[in-house]
Amino acid sequence: MARRILLEHDNVPGIETYDVYRKNGGYRSVEKALKKMTPQEVVDEVQKSGLRGRGGAGFPTGMKWSFLAKPDGVPRYLLCNADESEPGTFKDRYLMEKIPHLLIEGMIVSSFALGANLSFIYIRGEYMWVLEILEKAIAEAYANGFLGKNILGSGYDLDLRVAPGGGAYICGEETALIESLEGKRGNPRMKPPFPAVKGLWGCPTVVNNVESIAAVVPIINDGGDEYAKIGIGKSTGTKLISASGNLARPGVYEIELGLSVEEFIYGDDYCRGIANGKKLKACIPGGSSVPILPAHLVTKTAEGLDRLMSYESLAEGGFATGSMLGSGGFIVFDEDQCIVRNTWTFARFYAHESCGQCSPCREGTGWMEKVLNRLEHGQGNMRDIDLLAEINKKIEGNTICPLGDAAAWPVAAAIRHFREEFEWHVTNKEEAQTRNYGLLKASM
Amino acid sequence: MVKVTIDDIQIEVEEGTSILNAARQIGGEVVPPAMCYYSKLPGTGGKCRTCLVEVAAGSERDPRPMPKLVASCSTPVQDGMVVKNKTSEKVHDNRGAVVEFLLINHPLDCPVCDQAGECNLQDLGFEHGGAGTRYEEERRTFDPIDIGNKIKLHMNRCILCYRCVHVANQLTEKRVHGVLNRGEHAEISTYIENAIDNEFSGNMIDVCPVGALTDKTFRFKSRVWFLKPMDASCGCTKCSGKAVVWMFGNEIYRVTARKDQYGEVENQEDGKPAWICNECRFDKKELSHWMIEGPRKINRHSVISQGHYTSPRGNSQKKIANGN
Repeated sequence: MARRILLEHDNVPGIETYDVYRKNGGYRSVEKALKKMTPQEVVDEVQKSGLRGRGGAGFPTGMKWSFLAKPDGVPRYLLCNADESEPGTFKDRYLMEKIPHLLIEGMIVSSFALGANLSFIYIRGEYMWVLEILEKAIAEAYANGFLGKNILGSGYDLDLRVAPGGGAYICGEETALIESLEGKRGNPRMKPPFPAVKGLWGCPTVVNNVESIAAVVPIINDGGDEYAKIGIGKSTGTKLISASGNLARPGVYEIELGLSVEEFIYGDDYCRGIANGKKLKACIPGGSSVPILPAHLVTKTAEGLDRLMSYESLAEGGFATGSMLGSGGFIVFDEDQCIVRNTWTFARFYAHESCGQCSPCREGTGWMEKVLNRLEHGQGNMRDIDLLAEINKKIEGNTICPLGDAAAWPVAAAIRHFREEFEWHVTNKEEAQTRNYGLLKASM
Repeated sequence: MVKVTIDDIQIEVEEGTSILNAARQIGGEVVPPAMCYYSKLPGTGGKCRTCLVEVAAGSERDPRPMPKLVASCSTPVQDGMVVKNKTSEKVHDNRGAVVEFLLINHPLDCPVCDQAGECNLQDLGFEHGGAGTRYEEERRTFDPIDIGNKIKLHMNRCILCYRCVHVANQLTEKRVHGVLNRGEHAEISTYIENAIDNEFSGNMIDVCPVGALTDKTFRFKSRVWFLKPMDASCGCTKCSGKAVVWMFGNEIYRVTARKDQYGEVENQEDGKPAWICNECRFDKKELSHWMIEGPRKINRHSVISQGHYTSPRGNSQKKIANGN
């Protein structure tokens, strides 16, 4: 059976309330950290655990914390990035909806470790009902002395607030999140300076994903070394995967990193195969911005090794034959799906969500969307396919923030692996206008 | 002081200087173009991506090259950094791509655009642009709007450099000017079409690198290269009172601030930028308003710097080319 650390109690009735959460071992890590540990010891445990940022980039959380500047007399801030808006990613929502106190507990311990006395959870604007759940839980934490002045008599003060965004994907980029929190337009900032030096209101700031912060709780409870034993190699711990698409049993799963992709898609504990007995066509393992993988590269790497759910294994082969674990938004396509249509859908999303600040992203995402729109609707020609490849090469790496890369990668990968499908849309213009490529091929 | 090498030329600059400013200290060909960075307006830069350069070595301590091209306007130099601008194929390629991106939605209305002749995008298009366009889609269009009674905004031409937003933030007291919407639908506008009513709003026209913001008192009156720029002053108490009047015969067609070779407003003696007020810019169009100091040397790389006021010995053009 799958190992569950974060979602251990997600099905306990009433776990969203303080009393039930506390009875199930909640807030132990706060007691341990505040009473028995120094902030530096907490940071050390997190570094030992090998925890990597769960938002998508996979940067070691402990290292990120150690970069935080600590000038005297300047407040520091911890921000929780709950602006989960990547298509295919809905793991943080599940966690916050089900066990809001886990996030709050993680925020208290993490804030203590970083020396922050005011922390924010920046939540996606569309998650209004989750905001209410969190606010209720925060009120309970205040009432029970886990937030506010002098927590558990340790002399440590912490205020925790929830701030909703306005519904922009770009505000999940950490500096855009900070701008938005400051009340400005959510445009990413130029880096350097990095938030660890100059973040919220010019003060040193750490921005962490919901799941990363929640993972601090078991790390402190059981120790960083124990946590590091879970998982495989440099991919330690468990990861929440939000599986969607043509799966028999889509949903949010907690997996031990290192689980084979085969097991995850077809295993009885997990997704139980492709829905309606169809065949697997392609998979996007880490949210819409990572490269798509064709069926033969999903469960095996190009060298024929088993593909595992880990940062390293999914990236095996680079972008040529690999992908990324990303945020864990696992999207599966069966044989009936049209990759061109899907690529266009993603391109539309990124064109819509680009902040419009820097030229390559503003103009490039819109351009790609228009070309893909034409292709999908039978209005394209062969040189459009090369043009797309050319445009995304010029966006990638030339933008202020990673949104440009996120928009470019899926298009590049789709052309790389499914070029014949794009060409079909050019050579069969009439059919492309009326029929879905996948359905057509499947019926042949 | 730190040492930095740009296109094989070494220079010592103060710590914290950006690559672009270090290159400007060297001058000449190694200076990357800048469409959004404006040294007189803190906070500008990083957006247009035309100033991208390659960092072949990060610093003395960590000589690894940087994996991506960096925006030279907002990347500080490190001791021992090696930068490639003109000498990098990659930079040339990607700068060309940025210019292509900037031009896909830009109207090719240079023949009727007041900025023609002193337009940064025109210069860049000339240097890096392709002969044709690969963009087959419909161009994005907006209706021109008035920003106050003296400034016209042609959003179609805008490249969203945000310079005018910084002018509005930094030179005018009530902020009603900014960017609406996102992505390719982003546009410069004023808050619910409010007029900007401020003494210094006209400086937006001067900082605009393209013809998006134009002077309504000058629109369609003449091409800039037919006019003779003269340094002039008027003893204005509200602003520096030091301007350039652009004349045709004895008539003043337009008034602008004094700009340096990078198209930026020059500093006054006290080190502050010589912004000019709206009265000087829009209302003082009589010779009697101004004391003419003499012909203005336009030393930026542009059509308007050609052909005027060569000295009898003919060496001033050479000096200009050297950036002196």
